[in-house]
Amino acid sequence: MKNGRPLTITRRTFLAGAALAVTMPAPAFAQQKPVKIGLLTVKTGPLAAGGIQMEQGTQCFLKDRSFTLAGRKVELIVADTGGNPAGTKTKTQELTERDQVDMIFGPLAAFELLAISDYAAQAKMPILSLAAAEDMTQRKPNPYFVRASGTSAQYMHPLADYAAKDLKFKRLITLADDFAFGHEQMGGFQRVFEDAGGRIVKKLWPPLTTPDYTPYLAQISGADAIVQGFAGSNPLKFMKQYKDQGLKLPVLGGAPAGDDALLKSFGDEAVGMISSNFYSNDVDTPSNKKLIERMVREYGNIPGTYSAGLYINGMVAEAALEKTGGKTDDREAFVKALRSVSLTDTPRGPFKFDHLGNVVGSFYIRRIERKSDKLVNTTIKTYKDVSQFWTYEEKWFLSQPVYSRDYPPLKS
Amino acid sequence: MSLWFVLAVNSITFGGLLFLLSAGFSLIFGLMRIPNLTHGSFFMLGAYFATSLIARGLDFWTAALVAGLGVALLGGIVERLILRRLAGAELAQVLVTLGLSFMVADVCLMVWTGDPIRIATPGALTGATSIFGLGFPTYRLAISVIAVAFAIGLWALLERTRLGAMIRAGVDDPAMARVVGIRVSRLFTIVFCLGAWLAGFAGVIGGPILSVYPGLDGEMLPLALVVVILGGSGSLLGSLVGSFVVGFLYNFGQAMLPELAYVVLFLPMLLVLVVRPQGLFGRQAV
Repeated sequence: MKNGRPLTITRRTFLAGAALAVTMPAPAFAQQKPVKIGLLTVKTGPLAAGGIQMEQGTQCFLKDRSFTLAGRKVELIVADTGGNPAGTKTKTQELTERDQVDMIFGPLAAFELLAISDYAAQAKMPILSLAAAEDMTQRKPNPYFVRASGTSAQYMHPLADYAAKDLKFKRLITLADDFAFGHEQMGGFQRVFEDAGGRIVKKLWPPLTTPDYTPYLAQISGADAIVQGFAGSNPLKFMKQYKDQGLKLPVLGGAPAGDDALLKSFGDEAVGMISSNFYSNDVDTPSNKKLIERMVREYGNIPGTYSAGLYINGMVAEAALEKTGGKTDDREAFVKALRSVSLTDTPRGPFKFDHLGNVVGSFYIRRIERKSDKLVNTTIKTYKDVSQFWTYEEKWFLSQPVYSRDYPPLKS
Repeated sequence: MSLWFVLAVNSITFGGLLFLLSAGFSLIFGLMRIPNLTHGSFFMLGAYFATSLIARGLDFWTAALVAGLGVALLGGIVERLILRRLAGAELAQVLVTLGLSFMVADVCLMVWTGDPIRIATPGALTGATSIFGLGFPTYRLAISVIAVAFAIGLWALLERTRLGAMIRAGVDDPAMARVVGIRVSRLFTIVFCLGAWLAGFAGVIGGPILSVYPGLDGEMLPLALVVVILGGSGSLLGSLVGSFVVGFLYNFGQAMLPELAYVVLFLPMLLVLVVRPQGLFGRQAV
């Protein structure tokens, strides 16, 4: 702040800094005030694993840039939403009204994002989030929203294409957590898979908190493979129980199911799982190497979806600030700059945004393999320039209902 | 046909795990009238302790016993220092144990991070065992055996030992037990430690199936509650029967009526509460 040292601001250091500032003489000349970034993340409760990685990714990026973007100092204010909508709303209001941040990174979960979308739009607050809810950039777009990761189904469209055309699967069973993210993933998978000539024979929806998946595993039969869209710690539990039950069908998975950050928790039961993601450790770009190197050095972990996603958000913010000459006061102009960002050297490879603020970029089909003593994801196919509408025409796509538990319906 | 059989066998194995989890809850609730909402946390904590012990080279079974002891020690401290002062104040007990469960969750997050941790199935029990031509995970079958062994052991403890007689007296009429010279307060500590040990041990035993992750406590606690309410608090037989009933409801409910899985699970609990508040095998009204 005033002493010109790069600084990350948590509440504690903020208070310490404030105390220090009082005792210091005022600077003789006015300096340009820092860009304030508010990070809405989850540091307590079941979602904390992803939330902590989000903060790590943000920190890695800002450290790489010495807390300076487009010539302006950056102040990061981290807020813990507690993983619930009410907490998210309170923290968003604090960041907006008290801290007067220039933009918000996060929140993590779709239900958190939906809780603040209207408020943030009224406050003209730019939001860069990983939350994957389809309609945020489709049927109910928020003009101040930017998503550099992807929608729930955006990962699944290419995976379905790969399953039908490369793996030549004909009949599949889907399993996913029984909430909007799971529904949207499998809806997207089903549409593309069936349009390519395949058939979804069964869709199973275990509740989000299911300790024992066996009742669902017992229903798996008559298919070439299964597709699972579990998130959080559920993929770990699911794969273990799947193999313990003696099931041998190939497993396809969504982005959280095969997340790189989860690999250290998996055992051999996950070997062979094919999953789709916007990010992969083996993306060959200088910035990805830098991210991995710093994550390992600072936190002893390889980056996954959440940390890489936030690192990428940082790069988007940086590129937009460079376009506006470091200015954020004119929010419309800043959001316009954010949405016109087009980058090539990022941890996820090249991408740009569509007119609704959603990413158009590469998606990676990866297979989990064992290399010496650890598991790694190896990219086996890259789909380039994937839009949230896949190959469908935007107008037609938006005229259809949003993917849900019962849409598209199963063919009888 | 085979689906039914798979579900039935799995109901029994899952019921076994539930019994290990809920027997302690039932004992504590039955004797001390404490609705111990940290019970799920004890379960999770046991599993977390075990991951650290296993990482230091202990084998699975030793880790399970030791992790249980760690949880029992913590349970003893909680009982001596906090719950003892709140005897009879049920609302305060609920709030304190609920608060403690949040604290345990936060501390676990700090110590073991939010990443899920996998517990490997103990070597001899990996793989599947064939029953009537269908494969079942050997480890799960072993859990049912462990549960039955524990049921018999606990039954012998309660029905065949002096300590058991004192505990039963305490459950039936704590005031009278005190009058005849039973040190009910010491009994409380012993039972609370035993209950906590059971929960911690169950957490480790469940580990190879469930793995350990933040939120595991909240997933298991309601299941323990349902078991105890169905079976009746303070009744070992009630816990055993309740566990298997819940195991069946859980498995068949999720397979047959997935949309109503929770209704199938909790509706019987409601009915029991309305029609027979003391539970199927409970000795006295809750």
